[in-house]
Amino acid sequence: MSDTVLSIRDLSVEIPTRTGIVKPVDGVSYDIQAGEILGVVGESGAGKSMAGNAVIGLLNPPAHIAAGEILLNGNRIDGLRGEAMRRLRGKDIGMVFQDPLTSLNPLLSIGDQLTETMLTHLPLSRSDAEKRAVAALEEVGIPGAAERIDSYPHEFSGGMRQRVVIALALCAEPSLVIADEPTTALDVSVQAQIIALLKRLCRERGTAVMLITHDMGVIAEAADRVAVMYAGRLAELGAVRDVLTQPLHPYTAGLMASTPLASAGKARLHQIEGAMPRLDKVPEGCAFHPRCTYAQAKCRAVPAPHISDAHAACWFPLVAEKVS
Amino acid sequence: MLAYIIRRVAQSALVLIIVGLVAFSMFRFVGDPIENMLGQERTVEDIERLREQLGLDQGFAVQYFRFLEGAVQGNFGVSYRQGRPVAEILIERAPATLELAAVSAILAVIFGIALGVFTAIRRNGFTANFIMSASLIGVSLPTFLIGILLIYVFSVELNWLPSFGRGETVQIGGWTTGLLTESGLKALILPAITLGLYQMTLIMRLVRSEMLEVLRQDYIRFARARGLKDRAINFRHALKNTMVPVITVIGLQLGAIIAFAIITETVFQWPGVGLLFINAIQFVDIPVMAAYLMLISVMFVAINLIVDMLYFFIDPRLRVDRAGGH
Amino acid sequence: MTDFSEQMTSENPVQKSRLRVFLDSDIFYTFKRSPVAVVSTVVVAILVLSAVFAPLIAPTNPFDPSSLNLMNGFTPPMAPNAFTGESFLLGTDDQGRDVFSTILYGMRISLFVGVAAVLFAMILGITLGLISGYLGGWTETIIMRTADVQLTFPSILVAMLIFGIAKGFTPIEYRDQMAIWVLIIAIGLSDWVQFARVVRGATLVEKRKEYVEAARLIGRKPYAIMLRHILPNVLSPVLVIATISLALAIIAEATLSFLGVGAPPTQPSLGTLIRIGQGFLFSGEWWILLFPALTLLTLALSVNLLGDWLRDALNPRLR
Repeated sequence: MSDTVLSIRDLSVEIPTRTGIVKPVDGVSYDIQAGEILGVVGESGAGKSMAGNAVIGLLNPPAHIAAGEILLNGNRIDGLRGEAMRRLRGKDIGMVFQDPLTSLNPLLSIGDQLTETMLTHLPLSRSDAEKRAVAALEEVGIPGAAERIDSYPHEFSGGMRQRVVIALALCAEPSLVIADEPTTALDVSVQAQIIALLKRLCRERGTAVMLITHDMGVIAEAADRVAVMYAGRLAELGAVRDVLTQPLHPYTAGLMASTPLASAGKARLHQIEGAMPRLDKVPEGCAFHPRCTYAQAKCRAVPAPHISDAHAACWFPLVAEKVS
Repeated sequence: MLAYIIRRVAQSALVLIIVGLVAFSMFRFVGDPIENMLGQERTVEDIERLREQLGLDQGFAVQYFRFLEGAVQGNFGVSYRQGRPVAEILIERAPATLELAAVSAILAVIFGIALGVFTAIRRNGFTANFIMSASLIGVSLPTFLIGILLIYVFSVELNWLPSFGRGETVQIGGWTTGLLTESGLKALILPAITLGLYQMTLIMRLVRSEMLEVLRQDYIRFARARGLKDRAINFRHALKNTMVPVITVIGLQLGAIIAFAIITETVFQWPGVGLLFINAIQFVDIPVMAAYLMLISVMFVAINLIVDMLYFFIDPRLRVDRAGGH
Repeated sequence: MTDFSEQMTSENPVQKSRLRVFLDSDIFYTFKRSPVAVVSTVVVAILVLSAVFAPLIAPTNPFDPSSLNLMNGFTPPMAPNAFTGESFLLGTDDQGRDVFSTILYGMRISLFVGVAAVLFAMILGITLGLISGYLGGWTETIIMRTADVQLTFPSILVAMLIFGIAKGFTPIEYRDQMAIWVLIIAIGLSDWVQFARVVRGATLVEKRKEYVEAARLIGRKPYAIMLRHILPNVLSPVLVIATISLALAIIAEATLSFLGVGAPPTQPSLGTLIRIGQGFLFSGEWWILLFPALTLLTLALSVNLLGDWLRDALNPRLR
């Protein structure tokens, strides 16, 4: 069996604001195994990026981890600060951001940016690091890597830049990669390429991936398992095939129904009534109950249960038992 | 890129021509141009010769051209007050101003950038806030007041440093320097601080605000996510990106230092071209005023041009004619 | 819910007085809550009022030669003079002038020149800005190019130059009298550019709007359009620039006077007083320098702080 690379248990992130305490992450738990891609999906503001930020320790104050544990390869990392956390970043945890244009320092060549990252974490000589930098570029599929190693970010197209970003995230060989909306800023035609690249690299190296996105299509394409988030809470967790074909949570079902499918012809798109609540105004009981067509008294009073794998955070899941 | 250079040079030339026009007009129409050129000791033959040379009976354009011709050759006429050729006086006094300006500029840039970076990195610390509040006063204080205050504290009360003059100077070739003697160095301290303080404050505030802006950028976040050390992030990444907009301003400020030297030189009776200019205004010594004006313009224009060109070396994005894939 | 229908009928609209509107406004609220803004406004107000009412407040008129007694010269603050027994709040200078009075009268000149110069710069800048923005073409190019050329040089240098040239044209007998006016024009001329730029930018924006087109079609003259329609929209940024310009103008005037190319000793401003005072620094009569210097510092600092606060308060991006 593969090892568990990342384990998040009952994680809560709080932000004190003037109107009250906002919980962008509220009692979330999931694991990611080596070589596995976990998709974290949800609407904007659902808290998916916050969980990622919490793992890598880049929460912007006053946001902070209020409760729960984060374990990386068995070790607790949620309490780490400063230098200890810095050593993990890049070396054990890599991150890919959304916008490749702004992720790269325009004044440094990509060779420089790669080399410095490697030199920071790996015991290499400069010339070795430079050779590895070229190899890294080749791995992510940039043609003519040896010549372009000294080029600047603005000399690359959007898709190429994101490949460079991925190369940077992976060059120190982390065991976990957090990809925060890696394809959202890219052309549709390029998105598929980047996803394929990410998949291949992580399978080859056995890297665990947290793939954060709002795009169900990306999840379907890339992820092994999926975590559905709603209003900061975990709504459903399970294998991609299961969740997508047989969603247990009414919200997930709604999401699936509203995803445009080529095969659906001219049928009108389904919409879920209402909108996701603001994080400082999360309803009592189950966060989804105001919009849920199946809501009952219990849903309005008691918050949905915390879940483990292959379950939905719902008192009345759509399928009572998992069909094996 | 070539087109840009040509345009800038043309602009600069335009500025110089206009300034030359102003200087020429001063020369020609305020007071007597013959007297401006020859001084008060002159013979009738001199006057006639000059009248022809200047083309005073000919068109405006011709006279202007002749004037420029003379200027380029270093002939700025004769000072009313001193009866000596202006060029001679300027050359004599230039080293004093240039040394003062150079030392002030170096102080201003070094401390300005250092403090700017410090207050940006430690933005919420007590020291940083204190420095920022102090800088507000620095911007509100007129330069001459700073000078006087320094004189009061260090010359009158403590008697550590001299309050006027350059101290002993050493002649090296055509240059007189005060840097090689102890009294020369002592005399340089207060004026250099006075002149540099305002610039330093400006640079500091600019560096701070630019750096704070840069530190908010995504690529800094990504650098942190890659686990780069704070020092690498602050100095290799952030500082480099901060300098791009800052360099232009610093360059322009350096030009301004030479002009602001006028004030400092007056406070400390520093024998440079600034003091010369002020005295010239008080005595309506037109030739000196015109000459100073033209020299300053050439200097400003040159500095502006250099600073613009500098951009190309710093920011790779501007080197458009380099091969790039897109 | 409260019933507003009574108040809101069209026959009886609720008219708040202008003062009420101002006191209720956002900006006054931010003002009240900022200690810096309140203190600096109070200080500025005190200084301005003392300057305006100087003849009433000052114990003596230091520029009336008949009121002076040379024997009073060099009296330290608040100590009785050795010869005449008179004592003066802040001491006297070499001519026996009461320093407190000279400061009050000096502030008058400083403020007068500062305000007049800014007004001049404003009017000139706004006019040129409106014209160049509205008319465009060659007019605009010429005006803006001139502005660019002028901006290459520090404004204080420009002011000095203008002063020097004007002095050259003035016969010697009139120089002292004309000095103040020349100073105003010199500082004003060195400062118009930023007003012009802001106003031109705003004019370009407004010019494209439909109400300007409509006014033109009706046959309104350009200047009327510019004054009535475009100008009101430009006032906010102009106000901020004006306050900061005032601080700069006051400092510029002080500097020029200190250098000897500004207000003459017969009509001294704070800068001139400081110049005079510097001469006595080493001989021990520190008060002749210190008090005018402190006054100038306070004035400049307060106006600066006020301008800073105003800029932040009116900045749409920060709201």
